[in-house]
Amino acid sequence: MAGTETPMTDTEAAMALHREPHGGLVVALRATLKRDLLLLLRRRSEVLNPLVFFALVITLFPIGISPDPELLATIAPGLLWVAALLAALLSLDTLFRGDYDDGSLEQLLLTPQPLAALGLAKVAVHWLLTGLPLALMAPVLGIMLSLPAGSYGVLALSLALGTASLSLIGAIGAALTVGLARGGVLLSLLVLPLYIPVLIFGAGAVQAAILGDGVAAHLAILGALLAVTLMFAPWAIAASLRISING
Amino acid sequence: MAFATFSEFLAMGGHGPYVWASWAVTAALLGGIVLHARSERRHLLRHLQRRARRERRLAGGQATVSHQRGGHNDDT
Amino acid sequence: MWAFIHKLGSPKWFYAISARLQPWFWAAAALLLLVGSVWGLAFAPADYQQGNSFRIIYVHVPAAFLAQSIFVSMALAGLVFMVWKIKVADMAAAMMAPLGAAMTFIALFSGAVWGVPTWGTWWMWDARLTSMLILLFLYFGVIALRGAFASRDSASRAASVLAMVGVINIPIIKYSVDWWYTLHQPATFTVTSRPTMPVEMWLPLLIMVLGFYSFFIALTLMRTRSEILRRESTKRWVRDLAAEER
Repeated sequence: MAGTETPMTDTEAAMALHREPHGGLVVALRATLKRDLLLLLRRRSEVLNPLVFFALVITLFPIGISPDPELLATIAPGLLWVAALLAALLSLDTLFRGDYDDGSLEQLLLTPQPLAALGLAKVAVHWLLTGLPLALMAPVLGIMLSLPAGSYGVLALSLALGTASLSLIGAIGAALTVGLARGGVLLSLLVLPLYIPVLIFGAGAVQAAILGDGVAAHLAILGALLAVTLMFAPWAIAASLRISING
Repeated sequence: MAFATFSEFLAMGGHGPYVWASWAVTAALLGGIVLHARSERRHLLRHLQRRARRERRLAGGQATVSHQRGGHNDDT
Repeated sequence: MWAFIHKLGSPKWFYAISARLQPWFWAAAALLLLVGSVWGLAFAPADYQQGNSFRIIYVHVPAAFLAQSIFVSMALAGLVFMVWKIKVADMAAAMMAPLGAAMTFIALFSGAVWGVPTWGTWWMWDARLTSMLILLFLYFGVIALRGAFASRDSASRAASVLAMVGVINIPIIKYSVDWWYTLHQPATFTVTSRPTMPVEMWLPLLIMVLGFYSFFIALTLMRTRSEILRRESTKRWVRDLAAEER
């Protein structure tokens, strides 16, 4: 400390050493967000692969079923939603894997900041780089499936809302299986049943938009699901990470 | 009694196969679960006894030592 | 009260008390299941719409009830294990999962078989059957996760967390599936929900439900005792006990 200040007692000095910097949580959150965004943007393939997968799966359906536009239009909402859900699922395995392998997850556990908040920041990055691009890409694929006009906005909006819940729920599964050598298939077994409500209301919203019904109720329920998962998932993610790391 | 004869009871008004299939699968599963639980317990006890006997044999003359080797005694 | 819970948490004490409780639950289960079966199969009147095929209800509904209750008790046991570190709770939870999956299977199988005389098909994406199917997958997930860990403590804690996450989701899944079903299949004939069921029909059903619950309790006590022997096999009291029992 500078000599001009009044000299501190030993206890004061000790406390100053252990005191957190001002705005500790905010700093930590911002640092986590920035670091994860940067890391993911550098490994571009990890961001692009789910999108390519999404487009590929959507391509398979007309080939497997029929190129008939009318038939495709009736099943398009469900197809788009299921394919987006699987693409989001595919990207989950890498959510904590890299940090687990290089040990930075362990460091995250040791920080004085709540693990739930830091986990939430990581999930937010995951959504930003998978859920949101998937939602933005879905209308393009919707055109290819001759999705009826008037439902494109709802498709993107429902996917943007829904994939946020999917990322949160999926992160619980990813955190539980990150310590396992072959957690991939197990992860989908754990997570897919929990995805069903989101799928029902997400695909339902697009369906309702096509039929001309009000979509507000569906979107409101999707929002409610997101609120509930936001409330519970961070704690479950934190607990799961502790289990996976402490062995 | 809802049925006049035994064959009527078996036929279940034409729905016999469905009713009896459901009940049979349920009974078989419940019975199987009980049998499994019993054999599991018997196996465990036999295993524990065999191990106890082996340890007693190995301890042989040093009976005093074998008594100390019971592991720690906290229960929770 | 706390002393009692902690005493119950001690495997040794649980082993002793469950030995005394177990026969009563086995007797109750046997009696109730016997009375309920005979009553339901032979004495309850046939349904005016479905005839005798409705007698499947006496295994379908108790199994479905139990399938859901077991998941809830498993999650509660997981909570007790996570909060108070009571190992017996986790042993019980581990033993409950396969039984729950079996009950879900019974409910699914009897529901599918029941579908043939009522709907004319083996499988219908009926709300009840669909949520039962999802419940079966949830059970598989818990069982698989527990099996995937090398360390028993991690496995226990992971399974507890997953069971708790699942139990929060079960009502959400149930309501969304119901909603989805009514949207796609308006006004279909549902099998089990009817406005009035005469006493002669629901009393045997109640007996069967109670019988299934007694069976669940008795079996869980028995298998938890086995699990105690397995996990605590190095403890002195377990060795002494194994020497006495046969």
